[in-house]
Amino acid sequence: MLQSAERVKGLQRVNDFVVKFANVNGSGSASANTLFAKSILRMGVPITPRNIFPSNIQGLPTWYEVRVSEAGHLGARGGGVDLMVAMNPQTWTQDVASIVPGGYLFYDNTKPMPPSRFREDIVVIGVPLTEITNKAYTESRQRQLFKNIVYLGALSALLEMDVPEIEKLLAEQFRGRDKLVAANVQALHMGRDWALANLECPIGLTLRRANTVGDRIFIEGNAAAALGAVYGGATVCAWYPITPSSSLAEAFTRYCGRYRVDPETKKNKFAIVQAEDELASIGMVIGAAWNGARAFTATSGPGISLMQEFVGLAYFAEIPAVIFDVQRAGPSTGMPTRTQQTDILSCAYASHGDTKHVLLFPEDPYECFEFAALSFDLADRLQTPIFMLLDLEIGMNDRLCKPLTWDDSRMMDRGKVMTEEELQAGKDFGRYLDVDGDGIPYRTYPGTHPTRGAFFTRGTSKDRRARYSEEGPDYEENMLRLLKKFDTAKQLVPRPIARSAKEPTRLGAIYFGSTSPAMDEAEDILAERGIHLDLMRVRGFPFHQDVKSFIGEHDQVFVVEQNRDGQLRTLLVNELEIDPAKLTRVLHFDGTPITARFISDAIADKVGELKVVPFRKAVP
Amino acid sequence: MTFIPKPKLHHPELPKNALGYTRRDYEGAVSTLCAGCGHDSISAAIVRACFNLELPPHRIAKLSGIGCSSKTPTYFLGASHGFNSVHGRMPSVLTGANLANRDLIYLGVSGDGDSASIGIGQFAHIMRRGVNMTYIVENNGVYGLTKGQFSATSDRGAKSRRGVENKDEAIDLVGMALQLGATFVARSFSGDKDQLIPLIEAALKHQGAAFIDCISPCVAFNNHEGSHTSFDYVREHNLAVNYLDVISGREEITVEYAAGTVEMVKQHDGSILRLRKLANDYDVHDRIAAMTYLQERGAAGEIVTGLLYVDPEPMDLHHHMNTVSTPFNELDEAALCPGPAALDKLNASLR
Repeated sequence: MLQSAERVKGLQRVNDFVVKFANVNGSGSASANTLFAKSILRMGVPITPRNIFPSNIQGLPTWYEVRVSEAGHLGARGGGVDLMVAMNPQTWTQDVASIVPGGYLFYDNTKPMPPSRFREDIVVIGVPLTEITNKAYTESRQRQLFKNIVYLGALSALLEMDVPEIEKLLAEQFRGRDKLVAANVQALHMGRDWALANLECPIGLTLRRANTVGDRIFIEGNAAAALGAVYGGATVCAWYPITPSSSLAEAFTRYCGRYRVDPETKKNKFAIVQAEDELASIGMVIGAAWNGARAFTATSGPGISLMQEFVGLAYFAEIPAVIFDVQRAGPSTGMPTRTQQTDILSCAYASHGDTKHVLLFPEDPYECFEFAALSFDLADRLQTPIFMLLDLEIGMNDRLCKPLTWDDSRMMDRGKVMTEEELQAGKDFGRYLDVDGDGIPYRTYPGTHPTRGAFFTRGTSKDRRARYSEEGPDYEENMLRLLKKFDTAKQLVPRPIARSAKEPTRLGAIYFGSTSPAMDEAEDILAERGIHLDLMRVRGFPFHQDVKSFIGEHDQVFVVEQNRDGQLRTLLVNELEIDPAKLTRVLHFDGTPITARFISDAIADKVGELKVVPFRKAVP
Repeated sequence: MTFIPKPKLHHPELPKNALGYTRRDYEGAVSTLCAGCGHDSISAAIVRACFNLELPPHRIAKLSGIGCSSKTPTYFLGASHGFNSVHGRMPSVLTGANLANRDLIYLGVSGDGDSASIGIGQFAHIMRRGVNMTYIVENNGVYGLTKGQFSATSDRGAKSRRGVENKDEAIDLVGMALQLGATFVARSFSGDKDQLIPLIEAALKHQGAAFIDCISPCVAFNNHEGSHTSFDYVREHNLAVNYLDVISGREEITVEYAAGTVEMVKQHDGSILRLRKLANDYDVHDRIAAMTYLQERGAAGEIVTGLLYVDPEPMDLHHHMNTVSTPFNELDEAALCPGPAALDKLNASLR
């Protein structure tokens, strides 16, 4: 059955390869594919799965790519597939073409295919999946669903997967429904037994139990961010469905159901509104935060565009708000199911007039959780909108990360809120008065005191005591105080993380967000080629002083990002007054996640062009 | 500089309500609207209604959008927190505020441009969600701040001050509010405070979405012949179906009325709306009949005013969302944060 086995020697790899499943949307493949991924994790081998899906619901192509990497590389590898599980006739040609030479093609050979549909430089593995399931099941839905488990069974034999781990996962997935567990286990063995009896098992790609997963957890960034919002004390979520952010609001709904229902009264300590549009979403967030609740919205680029006017109001009237922007490829509708880091500038300078906003760049689900909880403290402390910039790559894919932690003694920082007692004691209240010299004024919640502390919140210009004013000096003083407040934010946002190269170097690279794992891997690839880079991962805006120092300490700094225009680089040039010639763009923007191969090739090419004298040669 | 504080000179014998407040304690800064503006009469009616109801001013939150009407919250309830938001988006801000603290009284003030044009989406959705609030549209059929353009509530055939005829059909916010499930719907006229003040009182006491469309002539741009929103036109075409009195549960009702002329509507909080009926056939509890009646009278050129629909036992957004009785802004870490043990358990399930 190994059709070209005599002619092609297949790739030989252990715990280091890429498997891609080509499926039809809505065929129930997702749960079998997740099972495949998780059972490898249970073998102690790190994997990173990615959903690749067009903007459709049913009947169209969808892919699930799993990178297996005992070395722990979590970024997309790029450069072709080692094993293609081709279950979608629609995409057959492109799927077969995407296999690397010496790679493997797994397909359903119930119906014979002409030799012209195959390649001569790959190993072809046919399993009569339809025939097997048609024989075993009578209902068409069962035939369809179990086909997925049957191919998983066959793969378990071909790749030497640990079968008890798969069975354990099935038992966990269908806990309490023993019949379902038994039926799935039976289907699994149906595929496995067929493969063992009819095929050479294993193939050249094999899995071996390892120990490099550790205590890490496996979670989507959107879910982790939603959990961070629960831990951070958010009570109001107003949102409008938009890919790739919807699962964040849905996860918040799920976690609130679990953690935020009063056990005695069965009443909810949360309110989630699916608003009529993004304008209403951010309006509700601002209204709730003005009134002292912690509130957020989740959206993507088009939503950010729609929220611009309200964001300016929140900035100018100084109202906390947390906005999760799960970025996708723009402009306009762009590629709604593809990843990019493309809203940096539209968030940093959102709205008309002079504005600057705080941005956070989580690298993985762990930081999605941490920064989400932090963002509510920052919003209250700074009384301004906070943008959490995720992207589809982190938001919608399960990713290995450190276990989430929470310090029991941690308190919410509600910022400067004047209380009834303080007002009663005669403490002077001026809504826009810079009492402490940090640019942050005191606020009061509506309804605090019968006669003191009430003020009028407005988008128009006002004086220090919130009274309408069109006087130039009042306006200028206020705008300058807002700048001072933004400067205060520098010390509050997560600091950048610097990492020195193994050898002294004049070259540096700045990166952020989901680029992290690809950059980590690229660092090693480049070092092998003799190119050493000091690295700085930026985690927030406004930029910390360390960012400017880092750039100053290097002759050339590569700014690696996933957009066309080098938006972070623009922000660095603009805000830190850096000579643009010092910052070299490394840009990936085709909608797929950035890879180590891309980064290392791009940097190696540019180093050649730049003719930078390696540091070690300059030193005697 | 357009902020004009009011002189704090009080008449020594100004009557006080049960809280010890005088009417002046419910006022705001001096109005900067045109002399004779209908909106100022509505502000005065709000002041009077809050005084009559003995509401603590600081427990009211007043919110508005953008426009002449939306400027008015500066001119009443100076001891209340106010929020002048963005054009057409007051409903979302009010909804969020209401979710954060269910214990305050929410008063939304908007105009016909703010609610029927740019903000019609948010207007519709706040009504259908049943947010507990009083939502007043100060409806003058014209854009005042930008000097006299037609608004979406202007009647087809109405003429602007320069004689231009409006060709577009009018949007009737009362009809929309009825259709979308508001539980208190009224229309009134800024020139009729006997009708307006009790309507505002009743709306403030209503525990659901209360909407008042208040026709409020614009003396600068829409009070001429040919306008359908001028003082003269509204007086000539006003068909008041009822007048009401709001009676707190404490007061004893002694006067008796001829059968069919008065209806007592008991509210959820024990207060009573005493409806003095002018149109005997009008039933304030029949939403569908109300819509038909409005359509019929509207086609005959009449402007129906009064309490048009009320549900004495309304359900609001908090009810729909099953939220706790404690305001969200008072919930602390213990109430909100699941803590490290729950996280450890969750971590274990994610391996």
